[in-house]
Amino acid sequence: MAVSKVLMPKLSEAMESGKIIKWLKKEGDRVQSGDILAEVETDKADVEMEAFGSGVLRKILQGAGSTVPVGSLIGVIAEPDEDIAAVASQAGAPAAPAASAAPATPAPAAAAAMSSRPAAVPPQPRREDPAARTPSPASAPTAPTRTAPAAAAPATALRPAAAASPAPGDGGRLKASPLARKIAAQSGVDLHVVHGSGPGGRIVRRDVEAASAAPAVRPVAAPVAPGVEFEDRPLSQIRAIIAKRMPLSKAPVPHFYVSSEVAMDRGWSLREELNALEGQPKISVNDLVLRACALALLQHPGVNASFQGESIRVFYRAHIGIAVALEDGLITPVLRDVQAKSLGQIAAEARDLAERARQRKLRAPEMSGATFSISNLGMFDVTEFSAIINPPEGAILAVGAVRKVPVVTADGLGVGRRMMLTLSCDHRVMDGAMGARFLQDVKRLLEEPLRLMV
Amino acid sequence: MAVMTYREALNLALREEMTRDDRVFVIGEEVGLYEGAYKVTQGLLKDFGPKRVVDTPIAESGFTGVGIGAAMVGLRPVVEMMTFNFALLALDQIVNSAAKMNYMSGGQFNVPIVIRGPGGPAHQLAAQHSQSMEVYFYHVPGLKVVRPSTPEDAKGLLKSAIRDDNPVIFIESETLYAVKGEVSEDPEFTIPLGKAAVRREGTDVTVVAYMGMMYRALEAAEELAKDGISIEIVDPRTLQPLDSGTILESVRKTHRAVVVEAGAGFAGMGSELSAVITEQAFDDLDAPVERVTGVPAPMPYARNLEKAKTPSKERIIEAVRRVCYANGNGKS
Repeated sequence: MAVSKVLMPKLSEAMESGKIIKWLKKEGDRVQSGDILAEVETDKADVEMEAFGSGVLRKILQGAGSTVPVGSLIGVIAEPDEDIAAVASQAGAPAAPAASAAPATPAPAAAAAMSSRPAAVPPQPRREDPAARTPSPASAPTAPTRTAPAAAAPATALRPAAAASPAPGDGGRLKASPLARKIAAQSGVDLHVVHGSGPGGRIVRRDVEAASAAPAVRPVAAPVAPGVEFEDRPLSQIRAIIAKRMPLSKAPVPHFYVSSEVAMDRGWSLREELNALEGQPKISVNDLVLRACALALLQHPGVNASFQGESIRVFYRAHIGIAVALEDGLITPVLRDVQAKSLGQIAAEARDLAERARQRKLRAPEMSGATFSISNLGMFDVTEFSAIINPPEGAILAVGAVRKVPVVTADGLGVGRRMMLTLSCDHRVMDGAMGARFLQDVKRLLEEPLRLMV
Repeated sequence: MAVMTYREALNLALREEMTRDDRVFVIGEEVGLYEGAYKVTQGLLKDFGPKRVVDTPIAESGFTGVGIGAAMVGLRPVVEMMTFNFALLALDQIVNSAAKMNYMSGGQFNVPIVIRGPGGPAHQLAAQHSQSMEVYFYHVPGLKVVRPSTPEDAKGLLKSAIRDDNPVIFIESETLYAVKGEVSEDPEFTIPLGKAAVRREGTDVTVVAYMGMMYRALEAAEELAKDGISIEIVDPRTLQPLDSGTILESVRKTHRAVVVEAGAGFAGMGSELSAVITEQAFDDLDAPVERVTGVPAPMPYARNLEKAKTPSKERIIEAVRRVCYANGNGKS
């Protein structure tokens, strides 16, 4: 039997640190290699962390909410009678150098006998802040015998360390219907940020469904204490990444923009007709735009291209990133080979990607490799906007809402459905005319939507 | 199949069972010569004779006791209460003898008796003759309780009740005797006790209702459908034993339930239904179960007050909207 260290894993190339969302095992639980120990928030997704050793999860050294560098020791797995003091004392420091310096040596027999008492590993979940329990180097050698039942511990040890938890206390009981709770648990919606529309603010099914369908759920603004003028909110992982990456696009990439208005009357009625069919996935306007862009990108590979310094890489397959708004940022899952997919397939796959993106359940390959992107703010009634290119892609299409507007017809004035498209282009890759011709084709495909079907 | 009234369906059931089994006989006030206060036993005296159709004095406790004794020695009596309100006079016989005889005799005696007659609110029958009498009986272990809402149920359930070896309380309604419907003429057609019926399929709310309230619910369903609210109506038909499976299956589909009862509400059938749904389908509920019940007051004679006491289509609609969180706004 060996003592296994649980280290913050490197779950993606860019990952430098990870935040422990929650532990799925508690101290005292028996774990097998391969069991899911905890959920970890990385720069882009929430990932499940597996155990690499078997035994008892003896010690959790970094509790839920802690952000620690990759490679840090966050827990210890060992048999109940093994001495883990030496290993546990490495908490907080990246383990790589420490591991070789302090190998997990078997403890002297006396210590092992002492720590084998079941009381040494209380199985009940511990409520105190993990930071308060992290043994200091001085106390570490005696740690196993000090984890006595909570009642025996001095009261001060139970008090959460100040400023250790950035999460606001959610003291008030949350009111939600049993069904709403069940659906929220299944779809990963946090009920604390859902607005309840039932009596007394009860959260009911429709609220949870709206929350899981909505691109971004804003938490209800907390009441502001008098005299407080501002607060500094820590960056979420995803916001930090956006903050780091967007200037890397906007500053070095010379953007230019071309816009065009698309008559969506026929596209709209085609969509209604398709959606009236039994057993077909519901098709959104965005799905039509995805299909149109994929077909147009095949005709205009110059737009489906990436600046490579000394060359321009032109792609012959359309892997399209779809911007999905999250509570605390945005993420762009990639729909691959859109040029080869039917509208129904696009609709089903795009919806699945968006849903899993909101639940942070995307796999790493689904978040990279786009050759072009689409950002749609139509659901917010945005008429038009321009988007920032996500390098190394060469262009991104910003899609506005389909609006009913007065239009000039042969007989005078009529009512038509119109939608604004704005293409942001990397001038190092293409010129205005190239972007304009691509956009003209997208427009033609959407205005003669039967072309999307062939 | 033939179209007949609820009254004719009951009469046919009695005739078929009396023909099928000569142990079956009818006993009660005015059941013979007068052919029944509500003509349910019409023609039976002529066709089956005075040994099978027995007129009694006005003595409910007495003739109910006669029926129980006859059942204990092997006959299958059908006791008619002119209205079920009068069964209060026979309550001791029903509760202490009929319901408990099998248990207290260690299974030596069973009591295959049917006690039937009209109950519940009708038209201006006032405080003593409008009571929802089922509440006095379904609480008692050993009794089965049937409330048939349609002519076909009246026939199929009465035949099952007569063939059942336990005492069965079978409460009809004055207001339904003239209701017409398709009824099977097959003498072997029966409907099992303890099996609910889905009267209307829907997706948004389950409404559990029986007898007159079931018809109010059907009217409410029509009106709610115009607003895009689709209700499913489950009629339990037998209150004891209760077919909770059909009710729960419906609630698990719609996630909302409204239960309707004509009686006063407190500790009524609606309370029981609400408890069953809440206990067994809690995680499927999107709203608390709503009860629509009669007002807790004696039934007034005045027509306007009678209407105010009894659950109405409008009150069912309001409750459905509340559980849909759609107060006046159409579909949730």
